[in-house]
Amino acid sequence: MLKVEHLSYEAEENGIRRRILSDVSFTVEDGEMLVVTGPNGGGKSTAANLIMGIETPSQGRIWLDGREITDMSIDERAIEGIGFAFQQPPRFKGLTVSRLLSLAAGRELAGKECCSLLKAVGLCGKEYKDREVDNTLSGGEMKRIEIATVFAKKHKLSIFDEPEAGIDLWSFSMLIKQFEKMHREKKESILLISHQERIIRMADRIMVIKDGAVQKIGKKEEMLPSLMIGDAGSCTCMQHRGGAGNETGCSDE
Amino acid sequence: MKLDAVTSRILKFIDERGFRQKGAFNLRYNGQAVCHGDTENIRIVKKKDNPGIDVYISGGTKGEEIHIPVVVAASGMTDVVYNDFYVEDGADVIIVAGCAIHNDGCNEARHDGIHSFHVGKNAAVRYEEKHYGEGEGTGEKILNPATKIYMGENSVFTLDTAQIKGVDSTVRETYVEAGKNARLYVTEKLMTHGEQSAISNMEVQLNGDDSSAQIVSRSVARGRSSQVFHPKAVGNALCHAHIQCDSIIMDQARVSSIPEINANYLDAQIIHEAAIGRINSAQLIKLRTFGLTESEAEAVIIEDFLK
Repeated sequence: MLKVEHLSYEAEENGIRRRILSDVSFTVEDGEMLVVTGPNGGGKSTAANLIMGIETPSQGRIWLDGREITDMSIDERAIEGIGFAFQQPPRFKGLTVSRLLSLAAGRELAGKECCSLLKAVGLCGKEYKDREVDNTLSGGEMKRIEIATVFAKKHKLSIFDEPEAGIDLWSFSMLIKQFEKMHREKKESILLISHQERIIRMADRIMVIKDGAVQKIGKKEEMLPSLMIGDAGSCTCMQHRGGAGNETGCSDE
Repeated sequence: MKLDAVTSRILKFIDERGFRQKGAFNLRYNGQAVCHGDTENIRIVKKKDNPGIDVYISGGTKGEEIHIPVVVAASGMTDVVYNDFYVEDGADVIIVAGCAIHNDGCNEARHDGIHSFHVGKNAAVRYEEKHYGEGEGTGEKILNPATKIYMGENSVFTLDTAQIKGVDSTVRETYVEAGKNARLYVTEKLMTHGEQSAISNMEVQLNGDDSSAQIVSRSVARGRSSQVFHPKAVGNALCHAHIQCDSIIMDQARVSSIPEINANYLDAQIIHEAAIGRINSAQLIKLRTFGLTESEAEAVIIEDFLK
Protein backbone atom coordinates (compact mmCIF):
# COMPACT_ATOMS: atom_id res chain seq x y z
CA MET A 1 0.00 0.00 0.00
CA LEU A 2 1.17 3.50 -0.80
CA LYS A 3 0.48 6.17 1.79
CA VAL A 4 1.12 9.84 1.09
CA GLU A 5 0.72 12.37 3.90
CA HIS A 6 0.67 16.16 3.70
CA LEU A 7 2.88 16.27 0.64
CA SER A 8 3.89 19.74 -0.52
CA TYR A 9 6.31 20.89 -3.16
CA GLU A 10 7.72 24.31 -3.92
CA ALA A 11 9.78 25.37 -6.90
CA GLU A 12 11.55 28.55 -7.86
CA GLU A 13 10.49 30.14 -11.11
CA ASN A 14 12.12 33.36 -12.27
CA GLY A 15 13.33 34.05 -8.76
CA ILE A 16 9.89 33.62 -7.28
CA ARG A 17 9.14 30.71 -4.98
CA ARG A 18 5.93 29.05 -6.06
CA ARG A 19 3.97 26.31 -4.36
CA ILE A 20 3.18 23.59 -6.91
CA LEU A 21 1.62 21.05 -4.58
CA SER A 22 0.01 21.76 -1.27
CA ASP A 23 -0.76 19.35 1.56
CA VAL A 24 -1.68 16.36 -0.59
CA SER A 25 -2.65 13.19 1.25
CA PHE A 26 -3.99 9.94 -0.18
CA THR A 27 -3.46 6.18 -0.25
CA VAL A 28 -3.35 3.52 -2.93
CA GLU A 29 -4.41 0.19 -1.46
CA ASP A 30 -2.91 -3.15 -2.43
CA GLY A 31 -4.24 -4.16 -5.84
CA GLU A 32 -6.13 -0.90 -6.20
CA MET A 33 -6.20 1.28 -9.29
CA LEU A 34 -6.28 4.97 -8.45
CA VAL A 35 -6.75 7.26 -11.41
CA VAL A 36 -5.56 10.80 -10.90
CA THR A 37 -7.13 13.38 -13.12
CA GLY A 38 -7.53 17.12 -13.25
CA PRO A 39 -6.57 20.13 -15.35
CA ASN A 40 -3.16 20.42 -16.95
CA GLY A 41 -0.68 22.13 -14.68
CA GLY A 42 -2.66 21.17 -11.61
CA GLY A 43 0.15 19.15 -10.00
CA LYS A 44 -0.62 15.54 -11.00
CA SER A 45 2.77 14.80 -12.56
CA THR A 46 4.52 16.58 -9.69
CA ALA A 47 2.78 14.27 -7.23
CA ALA A 48 3.90 11.25 -9.26
CA ASN A 49 7.47 12.57 -9.45
CA LEU A 50 7.54 13.05 -5.69
CA ILE A 51 6.42 9.45 -5.14
CA MET A 52 9.18 8.19 -7.45
CA GLY A 53 11.75 10.45 -5.81
CA ILE A 54 12.43 12.47 -8.95
CA GLU A 55 11.56 15.63 -7.01
CA THR A 56 12.06 16.25 -3.31
CA PRO A 57 9.05 17.38 -1.28
CA SER A 58 9.28 20.51 0.81
CA GLN A 59 6.97 18.84 3.32
CA GLY A 60 5.22 15.53 3.86
CA ARG A 61 6.01 11.86 4.10
CA ILE A 62 5.56 8.82 1.86
CA TRP A 63 5.29 5.14 2.87
CA LEU A 64 5.26 2.01 0.75
CA ASP A 65 4.02 -1.14 2.49
CA GLY A 66 4.58 0.51 5.85
CA ARG A 67 8.18 1.45 5.09
CA GLU A 68 8.97 5.13 4.85
CA ILE A 69 10.53 6.01 1.50
CA THR A 70 10.50 9.82 1.72
CA ASP A 71 14.26 10.10 1.94
CA MET A 72 15.08 7.28 -0.45
CA SER A 73 16.68 7.90 -3.82
CA ILE A 74 14.97 7.04 -7.12
CA ASP A 75 16.86 3.77 -7.48
CA GLU A 76 16.16 2.77 -3.88
CA ARG A 77 12.44 3.34 -4.45
CA ALA A 78 12.64 1.28 -7.65
CA ILE A 79 14.20 -1.55 -5.67
CA GLU A 80 11.46 -1.14 -3.05
CA GLY A 81 8.98 -1.89 -5.84
CA ILE A 82 7.88 1.26 -7.66
CA GLY A 83 7.72 1.31 -11.45
CA PHE A 84 7.31 4.51 -13.43
CA ALA A 85 6.28 5.32 -17.00
CA PHE A 86 7.10 8.88 -18.00
CA GLN A 87 4.79 11.11 -19.93
CA GLN A 88 7.70 12.09 -22.18
CA PRO A 89 10.27 9.31 -22.15
CA PRO A 90 13.88 10.12 -23.00
CA ARG A 91 15.65 8.81 -26.09
CA PHE A 92 18.97 6.97 -25.95
CA LYS A 93 21.46 6.83 -28.79
CA GLY A 94 22.99 3.38 -29.09
CA LEU A 95 20.68 1.66 -26.62
CA THR A 96 18.39 -0.89 -28.23
CA VAL A 97 14.79 -1.56 -27.30
CA SER A 98 15.63 -5.08 -26.08
CA ARG A 99 18.48 -3.73 -23.94
CA LEU A 100 16.16 -1.11 -22.42
CA LEU A 101 13.56 -3.76 -21.62
CA SER A 102 16.23 -6.02 -20.10
CA LEU A 103 17.46 -3.16 -17.92
CA ALA A 104 13.86 -2.52 -16.88
CA ALA A 105 13.36 -6.20 -16.05
CA GLY A 106 16.61 -6.31 -14.08
CA ARG A 107 17.80 -9.33 -16.08
CA GLU A 108 18.68 -10.31 -19.63
CA LEU A 109 15.42 -10.96 -21.43
CA ALA A 110 15.15 -13.60 -24.11
CA GLY A 111 14.01 -12.48 -27.55
CA LYS A 112 10.61 -14.08 -26.98
CA GLU A 113 10.12 -12.19 -23.72
CA CYS A 114 10.92 -8.87 -25.42
CA CYS A 115 8.51 -9.70 -28.22
CA SER A 116 5.79 -10.51 -25.74
CA LEU A 117 6.27 -7.22 -23.88
CA LEU A 118 6.25 -5.26 -27.11
CA LYS A 119 3.20 -7.11 -28.36
CA ALA A 120 1.39 -6.06 -25.20
CA VAL A 121 1.79 -2.43 -26.26
CA GLY A 122 0.94 -3.05 -29.89
CA LEU A 123 4.45 -3.26 -31.36
CA CYS A 124 5.92 -6.08 -33.40
CA GLY A 125 8.83 -7.45 -31.40
CA LYS A 126 10.81 -8.66 -34.38
CA GLU A 127 10.62 -5.24 -35.95
CA TYR A 128 11.46 -3.23 -32.85
CA LYS A 129 13.64 -5.17 -30.42
CA ASP A 130 16.91 -4.42 -32.18
CA ARG A 131 16.11 -0.81 -33.00
CA GLU A 132 17.77 1.99 -31.08
CA VAL A 133 15.65 4.02 -28.67
CA ASP A 134 16.59 7.18 -30.54
CA ASN A 135 14.93 9.78 -32.72
CA THR A 136 14.20 7.24 -35.44
CA LEU A 137 11.22 6.21 -33.30
CA SER A 138 8.06 8.30 -33.33
CA GLY A 139 6.62 9.83 -30.16
CA GLY A 140 3.89 7.18 -30.09
CA GLU A 141 6.39 4.33 -30.47
CA MET A 142 8.53 5.80 -27.70
CA LYS A 143 5.50 6.03 -25.46
CA ARG A 144 4.52 2.41 -26.00
CA ILE A 145 8.06 1.20 -25.34
CA GLU A 146 8.07 3.30 -22.19
CA ILE A 147 4.93 1.55 -20.96
CA ALA A 148 6.48 -1.82 -21.83
CA THR A 149 9.41 -1.00 -19.52
CA VAL A 150 6.98 -0.96 -16.59
CA PHE A 151 5.33 -4.19 -17.75
CA ALA A 152 8.80 -5.79 -17.83
CA LYS A 153 8.82 -6.32 -14.07
CA LYS A 154 6.34 -6.90 -11.29
CA HIS A 155 6.07 -3.93 -8.96
CA LYS A 156 4.27 -3.19 -5.75
CA LEU A 157 3.15 0.08 -7.32
CA SER A 158 3.17 1.02 -11.00
CA ILE A 159 2.82 4.67 -11.93
CA PHE A 160 1.78 5.71 -15.42
CA ASP A 161 1.82 9.38 -16.30
CA GLU A 162 -0.71 9.99 -19.08
CA PRO A 163 -0.08 6.71 -20.91
CA GLU A 164 -2.65 7.62 -23.55
CA ALA A 165 -0.93 10.77 -24.78
CA GLY A 166 0.36 10.45 -28.32
CA ILE A 167 -0.87 6.90 -28.83
CA ASP A 168 -3.05 5.95 -31.78
CA LEU A 169 -6.51 4.53 -31.19
CA TRP A 170 -5.69 0.92 -32.06
CA SER A 171 -2.71 0.84 -29.71
CA PHE A 172 -4.71 2.63 -27.09
CA SER A 173 -7.32 -0.15 -27.14
CA MET A 174 -4.56 -2.73 -26.67
CA LEU A 175 -3.17 -0.70 -23.82
CA ILE A 176 -6.54 -0.52 -22.14
CA LYS A 177 -6.70 -4.32 -22.28
CA GLN A 178 -3.32 -4.55 -20.58
CA PHE A 179 -4.36 -2.17 -17.81
CA GLU A 180 -7.60 -4.11 -17.39
CA LYS A 181 -5.59 -7.34 -17.12
CA MET A 182 -3.23 -5.81 -14.55
CA HIS A 183 -6.20 -4.51 -12.63
CA ARG A 184 -8.04 -7.81 -12.79
CA GLU A 185 -5.05 -9.73 -11.50
CA LYS A 186 -4.69 -7.25 -8.63
CA LYS A 187 -1.09 -8.25 -8.14
CA GLU A 188 0.08 -4.67 -7.95
CA SER A 189 -1.27 -1.25 -7.11
CA ILE A 190 -1.65 1.15 -9.99
CA LEU A 191 -1.53 4.92 -9.97
CA LEU A 192 -2.57 6.20 -13.32
CA ILE A 193 -2.63 9.84 -14.35
CA SER A 194 -5.10 10.29 -17.15
CA HIS A 195 -7.72 12.45 -18.81
CA GLN A 196 -9.15 9.53 -20.74
CA GLU A 197 -12.68 8.41 -20.02
CA ARG A 198 -11.96 4.73 -20.72
CA ILE A 199 -9.10 4.77 -18.26
CA ILE A 200 -11.01 6.74 -15.66
CA ARG A 201 -13.83 4.21 -15.89
CA MET A 202 -11.40 1.42 -15.00
CA ALA A 203 -10.50 3.00 -11.68
CA ASP A 204 -11.44 1.74 -8.25
CA ARG A 205 -11.11 5.27 -7.00
CA ILE A 206 -10.60 8.62 -8.67
CA MET A 207 -8.67 11.58 -7.35
CA VAL A 208 -8.96 15.06 -8.82
CA ILE A 209 -5.95 17.32 -8.35
CA LYS A 210 -6.40 20.95 -9.23
CA ASP A 211 -4.32 24.00 -8.39
CA GLY A 212 -1.85 21.84 -6.49
CA ALA A 213 -4.36 20.34 -4.12
CA VAL A 214 -6.59 17.30 -3.88
CA GLN A 215 -9.96 18.60 -4.82
CA LYS A 216 -11.90 15.38 -4.55
CA ILE A 217 -11.17 11.74 -3.98
CA GLY A 218 -13.62 8.91 -3.88
CA LYS A 219 -14.97 5.72 -5.34
CA LYS A 220 -15.52 5.70 -9.07
CA GLU A 221 -19.27 5.38 -8.70
CA GLU A 222 -19.39 8.49 -6.53
CA MET A 223 -16.98 10.52 -8.62
CA LEU A 224 -18.00 9.70 -12.18
CA PRO A 225 -21.32 11.57 -12.33
CA SER A 226 -19.73 14.89 -11.45
CA LEU A 227 -16.83 14.27 -13.81
CA MET A 228 -19.13 13.33 -16.64
CA ILE A 229 -21.17 16.49 -16.38
CA GLY A 230 -17.93 18.43 -15.86
CA ASP A 231 -19.31 20.50 -13.03
CA ALA A 232 -17.56 23.78 -12.57
CA GLY A 233 -15.78 22.75 -9.41
CA SER A 234 -14.24 19.61 -10.78
CA CYS A 235 -13.43 20.21 -14.40
CA THR A 236 -11.01 17.41 -15.21
CA CYS A 237 -10.41 17.87 -18.91
CA MET A 238 -11.81 14.40 -19.42
CA GLN A 239 -11.42 13.10 -22.94
CA HIS A 240 -14.11 10.90 -24.25
CA ARG A 241 -13.95 7.46 -25.73
CA GLY A 242 -11.82 7.38 -28.84
CA GLY A 243 -9.86 10.52 -28.10
CA ALA A 244 -6.41 9.34 -27.15
CA GLY A 245 -4.60 12.38 -28.42
CA ASN A 246 -3.28 15.38 -26.58
CA GLU A 247 -6.43 17.40 -26.70
CA THR A 248 -8.01 18.50 -23.52
CA GLY A 249 -11.46 19.91 -23.24
CA CYS A 250 -10.56 22.17 -20.39
CA SER A 251 -10.13 25.89 -20.43
CA ASP A 252 -10.20 26.71 -16.78
CA GLU A 253 -6.45 27.10 -16.26
CA MET B 1 54.25 -19.70 -31.65
CA LYS B 2 53.46 -19.45 -27.96
CA LEU B 3 52.33 -16.00 -26.88
CA ASP B 4 53.10 -14.59 -23.43
CA ALA B 5 50.27 -13.93 -20.98
CA VAL B 6 50.22 -10.14 -21.46
CA THR B 7 50.09 -10.43 -25.25
CA SER B 8 47.36 -13.08 -25.15
CA ARG B 9 45.31 -10.95 -22.81
CA ILE B 10 45.59 -7.63 -24.60
CA LEU B 11 44.98 -9.19 -28.00
CA LYS B 12 41.51 -10.00 -26.77
CA PHE B 13 40.79 -6.28 -26.38
CA ILE B 14 41.71 -5.41 -29.94
CA ASP B 15 40.56 -8.55 -31.73
CA GLU B 16 37.10 -9.45 -30.47
CA ARG B 17 36.71 -12.02 -33.23
CA GLY B 18 39.59 -13.90 -31.63
CA PHE B 19 43.19 -13.97 -32.82
CA ARG B 20 44.27 -17.44 -33.80
CA GLN B 21 47.41 -18.48 -35.58
CA LYS B 22 45.30 -19.97 -38.33
CA GLY B 23 44.21 -18.83 -41.77
CA ALA B 24 45.58 -15.48 -42.91
CA PHE B 25 47.30 -13.66 -40.06
CA ASN B 26 50.31 -11.60 -39.12
CA LEU B 27 51.26 -10.65 -35.57
CA ARG B 28 53.62 -7.73 -35.17
CA TYR B 29 55.24 -7.61 -31.73
CA ASN B 30 57.63 -4.84 -30.65
CA GLY B 31 58.41 -3.84 -34.22
CA GLN B 32 58.87 -7.35 -35.61
CA ALA B 33 56.56 -9.67 -37.51
CA VAL B 34 56.73 -12.71 -35.25
CA CYS B 35 54.33 -15.08 -36.96
CA HIS B 36 52.24 -15.14 -40.08
CA GLY B 37 50.09 -17.37 -42.22
CA ASP B 38 48.71 -17.33 -45.76
CA THR B 39 45.73 -19.02 -47.33
CA GLU B 40 44.88 -20.06 -50.83
CA ASN B 41 43.32 -16.66 -51.48
CA ILE B 42 45.32 -14.36 -49.22
CA ARG B 43 49.04 -13.82 -49.39
CA ILE B 44 50.96 -11.74 -46.86
CA VAL B 45 54.39 -10.59 -48.00
CA LYS B 46 56.97 -8.78 -45.88
CA LYS B 47 58.02 -5.45 -47.39
CA LYS B 48 61.60 -5.12 -48.52
CA ASP B 49 61.93 -1.33 -48.46
CA ASN B 50 59.98 -0.49 -45.32
CA PRO B 51 58.78 -2.19 -42.18
CA GLY B 52 55.38 -3.72 -42.83
CA ILE B 53 53.52 -6.05 -45.12
CA ASP B 54 51.79 -6.20 -48.48
CA VAL B 55 48.58 -8.16 -48.37
CA TYR B 56 47.27 -9.60 -51.62
CA ILE B 57 43.63 -10.63 -51.55
CA SER B 58 42.40 -12.57 -54.55
CA GLY B 59 39.03 -12.15 -56.20
CA GLY B 60 38.11 -15.62 -55.02
CA THR B 61 38.11 -14.55 -51.37
CA LYS B 62 34.61 -14.85 -49.96
CA GLY B 63 34.06 -13.85 -46.33
CA GLU B 64 37.55 -14.83 -45.18
CA GLU B 65 39.13 -13.05 -42.20
CA ILE B 66 42.64 -11.63 -41.99
CA HIS B 67 43.98 -10.88 -38.52
CA ILE B 68 46.92 -8.48 -38.36
CA PRO B 69 47.19 -7.15 -34.80
CA VAL B 70 50.10 -5.16 -33.44
CA VAL B 71 51.40 -5.30 -29.87
CA VAL B 72 53.91 -2.86 -28.45
CA ALA B 73 55.09 -3.91 -25.01
CA ALA B 74 58.40 -2.07 -24.74
CA SER B 75 58.71 1.33 -23.12
CA GLY B 76 60.67 3.75 -25.29
CA MET B 77 59.75 2.03 -28.55
CA THR B 78 58.51 3.85 -31.64
CA ASP B 79 57.12 1.38 -34.11
CA VAL B 80 56.24 2.62 -37.59
CA VAL B 81 54.64 0.16 -39.95
CA TYR B 82 53.48 0.42 -43.55
CA ASN B 83 50.79 -2.04 -44.54
CA ASP B 84 49.35 -2.07 -48.07
CA PHE B 85 46.32 -4.09 -49.06
CA TYR B 86 45.57 -5.04 -52.64
CA VAL B 87 42.01 -6.26 -52.93
CA GLU B 88 41.15 -7.79 -56.28
CA ASP B 89 37.88 -7.26 -58.09
CA GLY B 90 35.01 -9.16 -56.52
CA ALA B 91 36.78 -10.13 -53.29
CA ASP B 92 34.83 -10.15 -50.02
CA VAL B 93 37.09 -9.92 -46.97
CA ILE B 94 37.16 -8.98 -43.29
CA ILE B 95 40.38 -7.44 -42.03
CA VAL B 96 40.87 -7.25 -38.28
CA ALA B 97 43.72 -4.96 -37.32
CA GLY B 98 44.31 -2.87 -34.21
CA CYS B 99 47.08 -2.10 -31.81
CA ALA B 100 47.53 -2.66 -28.10
CA ILE B 101 50.27 -0.95 -26.12
CA HIS B 102 51.43 -2.23 -22.75
CA ASN B 103 53.79 0.28 -21.23
CA ASP B 104 55.16 -0.33 -17.74
CA GLY B 105 58.08 2.08 -18.15
CA CYS B 106 58.58 5.82 -17.98
CA ASN B 107 59.33 6.37 -21.67
CA GLU B 108 56.70 6.71 -24.34
CA ALA B 109 55.61 3.75 -26.42
CA ARG B 110 54.30 4.62 -29.84
CA HIS B 111 52.87 2.93 -32.88
CA ASP B 112 52.21 4.62 -36.22
CA GLY B 113 50.24 2.35 -38.52
CA ILE B 114 50.24 3.65 -42.06
CA HIS B 115 47.80 1.69 -44.15
CA SER B 116 46.64 1.91 -47.72
CA PHE B 117 43.83 -0.04 -49.34
CA HIS B 118 43.45 -0.49 -53.06
CA VAL B 119 39.99 -1.90 -53.48
CA GLY B 120 38.99 -3.40 -56.81
CA LYS B 121 35.68 -3.29 -58.60
CA ASN B 122 32.74 -4.98 -56.87
CA ALA B 123 34.92 -5.86 -53.89
CA ALA B 124 33.67 -5.66 -50.29
CA VAL B 125 36.03 -4.94 -47.41
CA ARG B 126 35.25 -4.73 -43.74
CA TYR B 127 38.17 -3.26 -41.82
CA GLU B 128 38.08 -3.32 -38.01
CA GLU B 129 40.68 -1.43 -36.04
CA LYS B 130 40.71 -1.15 -32.27
CA HIS B 131 43.22 0.70 -30.16
CA TYR B 132 43.98 0.00 -26.52
CA GLY B 133 46.60 1.10 -24.01
CA GLU B 134 47.55 -0.08 -20.53
CA GLY B 135 50.49 -0.35 -18.16
CA GLU B 136 51.66 0.77 -14.76
CA GLY B 137 54.40 3.10 -16.03
CA THR B 138 54.27 6.85 -16.52
CA GLY B 139 55.36 6.61 -20.15
CA GLU B 140 52.78 7.75 -22.67
CA LYS B 141 50.98 5.38 -24.98
CA ILE B 142 50.66 6.93 -28.41
CA LEU B 143 48.86 5.66 -31.49
CA ASN B 144 48.84 7.54 -34.79
CA PRO B 145 47.03 5.67 -37.53
CA ALA B 146 47.00 6.94 -41.10
CA THR B 147 44.64 5.23 -43.51
CA LYS B 148 44.25 5.78 -47.23
CA ILE B 149 41.47 4.01 -49.08
CA TYR B 150 41.02 3.97 -52.85
CA MET B 151 37.67 2.48 -53.76
CA GLY B 152 36.94 1.04 -57.18
CA GLU B 153 33.63 0.94 -59.01
CA ASN B 154 30.77 -0.70 -57.08
CA SER B 155 33.03 -1.48 -54.16
CA VAL B 156 31.92 -1.36 -50.52
CA PHE B 157 34.26 -0.42 -47.69
CA THR B 158 33.23 -0.56 -44.04
CA LEU B 159 35.67 1.09 -41.69
CA ASP B 160 34.98 0.34 -38.04
CA THR B 161 37.41 1.98 -35.65
CA ALA B 162 37.38 2.17 -31.88
CA GLN B 163 39.72 3.59 -29.30
CA ILE B 164 38.74 1.64 -26.25
CA LYS B 165 40.82 3.14 -23.45
CA GLY B 166 44.28 3.94 -22.21
CA VAL B 167 45.64 5.79 -25.24
CA ASP B 168 47.26 9.04 -24.13
CA SER B 169 47.52 10.66 -27.50
CA THR B 170 46.24 9.87 -30.94
CA VAL B 171 46.20 11.64 -34.25
CA ARG B 172 44.13 9.77 -36.78
CA GLU B 173 44.34 10.68 -40.46
CA THR B 174 41.90 9.09 -42.88
CA TYR B 175 41.68 9.76 -46.60
CA VAL B 176 39.21 8.11 -48.94
CA GLU B 177 38.62 8.33 -52.70
CA ALA B 178 35.37 6.75 -53.81
CA GLY B 179 34.79 5.74 -57.43
CA LYS B 180 31.58 5.18 -59.34
CA ASN B 181 28.82 3.67 -57.20
CA ALA B 182 31.26 2.97 -54.37
CA ARG B 183 29.78 2.89 -50.88
CA LEU B 184 31.71 3.86 -47.80
CA TYR B 185 30.53 3.23 -44.24
CA VAL B 186 32.58 4.60 -41.39
CA THR B 187 31.94 4.10 -37.68
CA GLU B 188 34.36 5.78 -35.34
CA LYS B 189 34.13 5.30 -31.57
CA LEU B 190 36.39 7.04 -29.18
CA MET B 191 36.75 7.28 -25.43
CA THR B 192 39.26 9.59 -23.76
CA HIS B 193 39.88 10.22 -20.09
CA GLY B 194 42.46 11.78 -17.78
CA GLU B 195 44.71 14.13 -19.73
CA GLN B 196 44.40 12.24 -23.02
CA SER B 197 44.03 13.92 -26.38
CA ALA B 198 42.61 12.68 -29.65
CA ILE B 199 42.49 14.29 -33.07
CA SER B 200 40.66 12.72 -35.97
CA ASN B 201 40.94 14.20 -39.45
CA MET B 202 39.02 12.54 -42.22
CA GLU B 203 38.69 13.51 -45.85
CA VAL B 204 36.36 11.73 -48.22
CA GLN B 205 36.50 12.56 -51.92
CA LEU B 206 33.39 11.32 -53.67
CA ASN B 207 34.59 11.21 -57.26
CA GLY B 208 32.29 8.71 -58.92
CA ASP B 209 28.64 9.10 -59.85
CA ASP B 210 26.31 7.46 -57.32
CA SER B 211 29.08 7.11 -54.79
CA SER B 212 28.05 7.48 -51.18
CA ALA B 213 29.51 7.84 -47.71
CA GLN B 214 27.93 7.39 -44.31
CA ILE B 215 30.17 8.47 -41.48
CA VAL B 216 29.13 8.08 -37.85
CA SER B 217 31.40 9.26 -35.09
CA ARG B 218 30.56 8.77 -31.43
CA SER B 219 32.80 9.81 -28.62
CA VAL B 220 32.93 10.26 -24.88
CA ALA B 221 35.39 12.70 -23.35
CA ARG B 222 35.99 12.47 -19.60
CA GLY B 223 38.37 13.99 -17.08
CA ARG B 224 40.47 16.75 -18.61
CA SER B 225 40.81 15.05 -21.97
CA SER B 226 40.37 16.76 -25.32
CA GLN B 227 39.04 15.64 -28.68
CA VAL B 228 38.97 17.31 -32.08
CA PHE B 229 37.01 15.95 -35.02
CA HIS B 230 37.43 17.32 -38.49
CA PRO B 231 35.47 15.28 -40.99
CA LYS B 232 35.46 16.62 -44.51
CA ALA B 233 33.35 15.37 -47.39
CA VAL B 234 33.91 16.59 -50.91
CA GLY B 235 31.32 15.87 -53.58
CA ASN B 236 32.82 15.89 -57.05
CA ALA B 237 30.03 13.97 -58.76
CA LEU B 238 26.42 12.93 -58.29
CA CYS B 239 26.84 11.56 -54.80
CA HIS B 240 25.45 11.37 -51.28
CA ALA B 241 27.27 11.79 -48.00
CA HIS B 242 26.00 11.93 -44.45
CA ILE B 243 28.31 12.74 -41.58
CA GLN B 244 27.07 12.46 -38.01
CA CYS B 245 29.25 13.33 -35.04
CA ASP B 246 27.89 12.90 -31.50
CA SER B 247 29.92 13.48 -28.40
CA ILE B 248 29.21 13.16 -24.71
CA ILE B 249 31.26 15.57 -22.68
CA MET B 250 31.93 15.04 -18.97
CA ASP B 251 33.94 16.57 -16.16
CA GLN B 252 36.40 19.21 -17.48
CA ALA B 253 36.84 17.67 -20.93
CA ARG B 254 36.89 19.61 -24.20
CA VAL B 255 35.45 18.53 -27.53
CA SER B 256 35.57 20.29 -30.89
CA SER B 257 33.68 19.14 -33.93
CA ILE B 258 34.62 20.99 -37.08
CA PRO B 259 32.55 19.86 -40.02
CA GLU B 260 33.53 20.65 -43.54
CA ILE B 261 31.38 19.80 -46.50
CA ASN B 262 32.19 20.82 -50.04
CA ALA B 263 30.18 20.37 -53.20
CA ASN B 264 31.92 20.74 -56.53
CA TYR B 265 29.06 19.32 -58.51
CA LEU B 266 25.45 20.41 -58.81
CA ASP B 267 23.98 17.04 -57.82
CA ALA B 268 26.19 16.38 -54.83
CA GLN B 269 24.15 16.01 -51.64
CA ILE B 270 26.14 16.26 -48.45
CA ILE B 271 24.80 16.52 -44.93
CA HIS B 272 26.62 17.04 -41.68
CA GLU B 273 25.13 16.75 -38.21
CA ALA B 274 27.07 17.34 -35.04
CA ALA B 275 26.06 17.37 -31.40
CA ILE B 276 28.07 17.75 -28.22
CA GLY B 277 26.47 17.60 -24.81
CA ARG B 278 26.54 16.16 -21.35
CA ILE B 279 24.59 13.07 -20.38
CA ASN B 280 20.93 13.94 -20.41
CA SER B 281 19.57 13.98 -16.85
CA ALA B 282 16.27 12.51 -18.08
CA GLN B 283 18.19 9.46 -19.34
CA LEU B 284 19.85 9.02 -15.96
CA ILE B 285 16.53 9.35 -14.14
CA LYS B 286 14.86 6.83 -16.44
CA LEU B 287 17.53 4.22 -15.81
CA ARG B 288 17.45 4.92 -12.10
CA THR B 289 13.73 4.09 -12.10
CA PHE B 290 14.91 0.58 -13.06
CA GLY B 291 16.95 0.43 -9.83
CA LEU B 292 20.33 1.43 -11.25
CA THR B 293 22.45 3.83 -9.23
CA GLU B 294 23.53 7.07 -10.88
CA SER B 295 26.99 5.73 -11.66
CA GLU B 296 25.57 2.45 -13.02
CA ALA B 297 23.15 4.41 -15.19
CA GLU B 298 25.99 6.60 -16.46
CA ALA B 299 28.05 3.52 -17.33
CA VAL B 300 25.16 1.99 -19.27
CA ILE B 301 24.58 5.19 -21.24
CA ILE B 302 28.26 5.49 -22.18
CA GLU B 303 28.69 1.81 -22.98
CA ASP B 304 25.68 1.67 -25.25
CA PHE B 305 26.43 5.02 -26.85
CA LEU B 306 29.82 3.66 -27.90
CA LYS B 307 28.64 0.15 -28.70
